[in-house]
Amino acid sequence: MLKRRHSPLQRGGFLLVCGVVLLVASNFVDELRSYQGAQVAVYLVAISSIILLTGYSGQISLGHGAIMAIGSYAAALAFTLWNFSFEFAILFGMLVGTLAGFILGVAAARLSGPYLAGTTLALAVGLPSIADQFKVLGGEQGLNFDIGDPPGWIKKFEGSDFTQYKWFFWLMAIVALFVIWAITNLLQSSYGRNWRAARNNPVAASLAGINVVRGKVLAFTVSSALASLAGALFGILLGIVTPSAFPLALSFTILTGAVLAGVGNLAGSIAGAVVLVAIPEFSGALATHLGSSQKLTANLPGLVTSLLLIFVVLFKPEGLLQKNRAKSIKQLNS
Amino acid sequence: MIFIDTLLLGISSGAIYSLMALALVLVWRSTRVVNFAQASQAVLSTYVGYEITMRTHNYWVSLPVAILFGAALGSSIDLLFMRYLAKKVRSGPIAEIAPVIATLGLLGLLQSIIGLIWGNSFLQYSTPLSGKGFTFGNHTVPFSPQNLLIVLATALVLIVFGVVFKFTNLGLALRAASFQPEIAQLAGIRVGRIRNIGWAFAGAAGAVAGAVITPTSVLSPNSLDLLLVSGFIAAVMGGLDSLVGAVIGGLVLGIGFAFILQYVGSSVTFLAGFFILVIVLLIRPRGLFGHQLGRHA
Repeated sequence: MLKRRHSPLQRGGFLLVCGVVLLVASNFVDELRSYQGAQVAVYLVAISSIILLTGYSGQISLGHGAIMAIGSYAAALAFTLWNFSFEFAILFGMLVGTLAGFILGVAAARLSGPYLAGTTLALAVGLPSIADQFKVLGGEQGLNFDIGDPPGWIKKFEGSDFTQYKWFFWLMAIVALFVIWAITNLLQSSYGRNWRAARNNPVAASLAGINVVRGKVLAFTVSSALASLAGALFGILLGIVTPSAFPLALSFTILTGAVLAGVGNLAGSIAGAVVLVAIPEFSGALATHLGSSQKLTANLPGLVTSLLLIFVVLFKPEGLLQKNRAKSIKQLNS
Repeated sequence: MIFIDTLLLGISSGAIYSLMALALVLVWRSTRVVNFAQASQAVLSTYVGYEITMRTHNYWVSLPVAILFGAALGSSIDLLFMRYLAKKVRSGPIAEIAPVIATLGLLGLLQSIIGLIWGNSFLQYSTPLSGKGFTFGNHTVPFSPQNLLIVLATALVLIVFGVVFKFTNLGLALRAASFQPEIAQLAGIRVGRIRNIGWAFAGAAGAVAGAVITPTSVLSPNSLDLLLVSGFIAAVMGGLDSLVGAVIGGLVLGIGFAFILQYVGSSVTFLAGFFILVIVLLIRPRGLFGHQLGRHA
């Protein structure tokens, strides 16, 4: 239903139905599942930012975890320090993340492949520790980002047993569905076409009057906006924003999700996000089954993730869910 | 005095960054892959060295074994994995990032295997050399015999590589294969085999780095991750396909980090690395010593 032949309105209707189904379904699951559902929604937004950047604009970022941190910290600052309501705090986080992404994107547009990967990697390693440098960022203890109980009108509407995590799930699922709707529309607009053209053949694209550099900067900026939105939601979900919540591994995790989704495939990002949340649970169960020694429980998630990653790159480069479309893509690209 | 102390510290850590950068550059030149698995290759070689030291109680026996193991590991990763990957993934949106993802996957795989064998707790890999600094008069500099070993080992590796690359047929073949693979093939060079030797050299360089730096801290499956990041920054700064650039990038970064650590604070070092890198790349997008390929118009 996210195909090119459908109009934005049809896609919107489809996602609206999805949303209602999800929200109704949330009444039949326990707290843990609601929490995991919210986690899936956050990963979904983060993965789609990578898909937009890498799959459509052809740029690599190993530092999206850092941009998530920027969004998260900005939102938490606005919330705790300046008493913004949480909606506006999220928007403020996005604004700051977008600005940072724009600056980074201007630099990124000049760099290719590994040079860009190296720069963003340095950012991902360096940025979180800056929290120790400024008192206002709270150091290792971090910033409180507890948005409190669900608002009164939902409780009135849904009954007073409406729990915290269910509220998070509602909030984040709605945001994620909206993001998917917005990005599918964007990617099928002339912007998306220009990005793909510039990725596949920069020379031909610029001869056709497309400003390749501007396109790259714009893609990086939009992608950063999404990443910082994911970061702000992540902060709300954790209830606290700390440097250790944004390790280098986070950048790699969302990249993993994007690869599992199939880098050029937005619909697959749902599968990618679900798998990311399922891996710890699955490998935990497996470790218990194998006689949970300390070595097993500590290393099995990493083992499963890496094996899955290698498997997908080698055998399913179009993503976990895709049937083999390699031929048609080859034709498109040649 | 503080100035000289800082400089000495910087040279010793810069030497290690250079070794790691060299390992990355060797692989990049031969296969056009940024090998993120290098950190885990080096750490696995170091674990092998640790195991040997535990059995024989002799660091000097473990060192060459670890280096040979590193070379064998590098070569077998190329043979068993990277060649297959290069054949398999040629086009589509993933083609550009497939090598990055594959080596990241390998990084995680090797690290979890290490964790399964040796556990994740910190191990102490000790050497017969003292970790205490040399004393001149009544001033102790932060430069110990172990640091001296680090610098000497790096210098030795550089000299060996330099001689091999400049004065031997193998070095000529290595340079030709990375410069123009197809023409090198036509000239009778077995490019695949030469690439494999590049991977082996890289594995050995990483193993040296791991074996000499680990005694100054602790050994764990992730203990060389930050070294990989620094080495990568150094390599990118130097221009990724230049061996000289990797060494100079490493030294610049090491000395720069040491001074920032001394005069600004520990929490901004990597961020400063980011800014140094951005400034260098904005002035020279292909690094300090990289080949200016011209615009890919």
